Amino acid sequence: MKFDTPAGQNPIDQLKVVGRPTSRIDGPRKVTGTAPYAYERHDVAANQAYGWIVGAGIAKGSINSIDTSAARAAPGVIGIVTTLDYPKPLPLGMANTATLFGGAEVQHYHQAIAVVVAETFEQARAAGALIRADYARAKGRFDLETAAPNAPIEGQDDKSGKSGIDRVGDFAKAFAAAPVKIDRHYSTPDETHAMMEPFATIAAWNGDKLTVWTSNQMIQWSKRSLAKILSIEPENLRLDSPFIGGGFGGKLFVRADAVCAALAAKKVGRPVRIAMQRPLMTNNATHRPATLQHIRLGATKDGQLTAIAHVSTSGNLPGGDGETAIAQTKLFYAAPNRETYMKLATLDLPEGNAMRAPGEAPGLMALEMAMDELAEALGMDPVELRIKNDTQVDPEDPDKPFSERHFIEALRVGADKFGWAGRNAKPAAMRDGRWLVGMGMAGGFRNNILTQSAARIRLERDGRLTVETDMTDIGTGTYTIMAQTAAEMMGVPLDRVTVKLGDSDFPISAGSGGQWGANNSTSGLYAACLKLREAVAQQLGFNSGDVTFADGKVSTGGRSAALADAATNGVLVGEDGFDPTDMSKRWQQSTFAAHFVEVAVDGFTGETRIRRMLAVCDAGRILNPKAARSQVIGAMTMGAGAALMEELAVDKRFGLFINHDLAGYEVPVHSDIPHQEVIFLDYPDDKSSPMKAKGVGELGLCGVGAAIANAIYNATGVRVRDYPITLDKHLEKLPAIA
Amino acid sequence: MKSFTYERATTPESAAAAVARTQGAMFIGGGTNLLDLMKLEIETPRHLVDVQDLKLDAIDATKEGGLRIGALVTNTALSADPRIRRDYGVLTRAIQAGASGQLRNKATTAGNLLQRTRCPYFYDANMPCNKRKPGWGCGAIGGYSRQLAVIGGSDACIATYPGDMAQAMRVLDATVETVKGDGTTRAIPIADFHRLPGGDPARDNVLEHGELITAVTLPRPLGGQHFYQKVRDRASYAFALVSVAAVIQKDGTGRVSFGGVAARPWRVEAAEAALPKGAAAVTKLAFAQAKPTADNAFKIPLATRALASVIAQAKAAS
Repeated sequence: MKFDTPAGQNPIDQLKVVGRPTSRIDGPRKVTGTAPYAYERHDVAANQAYGWIVGAGIAKGSINSIDTSAARAAPGVIGIVTTLDYPKPLPLGMANTATLFGGAEVQHYHQAIAVVVAETFEQARAAGALIRADYARAKGRFDLETAAPNAPIEGQDDKSGKSGIDRVGDFAKAFAAAPVKIDRHYSTPDETHAMMEPFATIAAWNGDKLTVWTSNQMIQWSKRSLAKILSIEPENLRLDSPFIGGGFGGKLFVRADAVCAALAAKKVGRPVRIAMQRPLMTNNATHRPATLQHIRLGATKDGQLTAIAHVSTSGNLPGGDGETAIAQTKLFYAAPNRETYMKLATLDLPEGNAMRAPGEAPGLMALEMAMDELAEALGMDPVELRIKNDTQVDPEDPDKPFSERHFIEALRVGADKFGWAGRNAKPAAMRDGRWLVGMGMAGGFRNNILTQSAARIRLERDGRLTVETDMTDIGTGTYTIMAQTAAEMMGVPLDRVTVKLGDSDFPISAGSGGQWGANNSTSGLYAACLKLREAVAQQLGFNSGDVTFADGKVSTGGRSAALADAATNGVLVGEDGFDPTDMSKRWQQSTFAAHFVEVAVDGFTGETRIRRMLAVCDAGRILNPKAARSQVIGAMTMGAGAALMEELAVDKRFGLFINHDLAGYEVPVHSDIPHQEVIFLDYPDDKSSPMKAKGVGELGLCGVGAAIANAIYNATGVRVRDYPITLDKHLEKLPAIA
Repeated sequence: MKSFTYERATTPESAAAAVARTQGAMFIGGGTNLLDLMKLEIETPRHLVDVQDLKLDAIDATKEGGLRIGALVTNTALSADPRIRRDYGVLTRAIQAGASGQLRNKATTAGNLLQRTRCPYFYDANMPCNKRKPGWGCGAIGGYSRQLAVIGGSDACIATYPGDMAQAMRVLDATVETVKGDGTTRAIPIADFHRLPGGDPARDNVLEHGELITAVTLPRPLGGQHFYQKVRDRASYAFALVSVAAVIQKDGTGRVSFGGVAARPWRVEAAEAALPKGAAAVTKLAFAQAKPTADNAFKIPLATRALASVIAQAKAAS
């Protein structure tokens, strides 16, 4: 289905099922342990053996030799594969920067260098500890601050004359002339996804054909990638990933578990299952790279922005990309003079790559703190400053309007609901006993990405509907919104729909990432349902133009039949895809939020406790307000982690993230999270899709960190610009407690 | 995890004897720390002697007016005991500040005293660590040391003892009772139980191989107000950056022990005599010999502030 004009009235607009707060249809399976995660799929292949990945003990260099003799002799060991079994690195999969396996070169700490396969998990683990590698260490680059001054501008190309700098107007001149200015440096640390379910795969070969039961967000990308890595034909590979215990971008791409399981299964001639051990999860895999950000804002005395510049420096392995922390700055606020670019240093730390709201999440932590600083410099309310600088068009391309943008309303609704008027703009002015109390806010911004997505829907002979697509549910509620979409389109109750996901044999979907999953995948199903409706009408001999599907019946004119009647002679199938054509080129598609936070900081110890959080989201039609709320409060929790505690500690001598377990890398616990409220504005976006929905799962994270930081400043009067805001950074500057 | 043999002992003496006669043998109680360390092969016992059947799970009154806590009393049971809550509140508060409900259900009184450091270099077998592998060097010195000791460390090790319960026991002047396989017993003041690393960081405490903790004895109640202030990066389920166990009397005197700063509960009796003069007077003396790193120097002002918070709470309540 080509989507090339704004959607008109369509069956989804009935909102009998879609748009209703609906509990997850997979919920009972999740809470009864009958929704199997990759490592628990005992039934899919007989005679599974256990694999254990051994990680490199150095960060950079090469492996002279690997002694497997002790491991081979250990009880239960069936086989061992080492990276030296392959003369050179296996090909890289899509978006991989570091080699996953093969060859003697070590590019980063805990890179997989061997897999031990044994009869039991414990035997494999014990034998893995007996593997001895002899390394030639090389000097690595591990310190972003040292590397930053000489880091080249990303996208700069002297041959083609590309500067890599996006410019509008004359920033330098406008900034120099601005009567009110902010010129500040901010930093965000490296972060790890820390998802509950580790990387896990069961691999089984049948001749040339390979099946992997795995945990992966993007089935089609990963099918092509794994085929490339293993040098097999994609048609000989099947991926199955129906349940995923969190990914946050860490499972967008093929990781070492899938590669090692496939290689080991080939070697031992048996299915092999591998779950990556928690201590390897940080350094073996990808992470959100640290950023050093420089923001300059110039404004008139009444708060009109005249100049915006944002430069972000991050690091990555050779060939990797930078963290696009300037992304939102290009689009969020109006200003006639603008300059944005990124610098990218080469580092030999593990690979930097996507983590929930890549770019915007750390970018807004800086930009929205800078806006808070500007508001204070202007003596202006931070909500009003944002309202004053709203734009309804892309500031770099004023002919391109936003499809829908109701940021101002989000700000006003949020300020009203939160009681923002009760905030004292003077920092460190509110007390509650030993607690310094403050309120802060920030804007949230995340783009709405449109992409192709296909699905198939079958009308079974008993009248039930079965949906099939390789779309994934990473804990977001995909099963439920797909069932809601099918039920709405076909006029049946939710419990008449079965949804099957995550199998590469199914039609190719958008997958889950970049908050694009819900809108695109339901739109693909919408298209498939239109096809099925045509087939049903045709089978029943109805003129398909004015047929209605409601209450399990199909009706036209005075005629009516049960939906199931259409399948009396056999199953009917509708299959199609959503193709958004150039809709996101004609309209800038983005989502908006206003975050409000109240914190209390212990005046003695500097510990911060969040008291209240509110997010107001402008993200198109909300398909399932219950599931969407869960996404947003989860994202707000992640934002609290980023603001207050999450930080991978870099050991700059050994070149690794040293706090690589969940005791050392702290994420929020229940006690850290107070009352959270979410309000969705109701603005269906007809330029986004026939569902009129947009992404929302990452929006909930965007801006949260800055709102917390700004609240802390309001509480303490101490501005900390280096995240996370741990107590040591403001402790000795806190105002005295009576 | 290395393969090991296993037995369940029936008496404290036979348990102690079983460990004493087997090289590389260890006791296992709740296992909340030991099993993790075994999975990582940081601990590699060849033989485990399980002490859970030893019936050391009672809390009894002593003739001296105190309490004798069996080695196997769980953290949950100890912190909930009405006598502890009434007379030794600092102990209840310290225990409740540690770990999670699930862990406290399994963790034992003796095992908690034996909890090993949470230094990240101790936990990564590729990194140098004198505590894990004597003579290799210390990765934490010159590395990431935010959580580690500011006082009492050595050139060989700056690990901390990470537990909360022992901070309270130190303030209460508890005594650790042990037995050996030959039936001989010892009573070790808690002040002498944990070792500073010196040149031999591998040994966390003064127990000998095959010496089993049977009980921890508390003297008569101190009265006063009891506090345990634990400062950390998140609200729960995190090791202390700094903690303060304190008992404050009406006249402003009292006792105080600092956690998260050294390889043992850090109580300096000469320093706590300065309590009536305020927090800074105490920490000036208690941390006079401190040698913090750039990463953890904040712990010293933090200790002062945490103690000031306790003193303010005591004043407000009296």
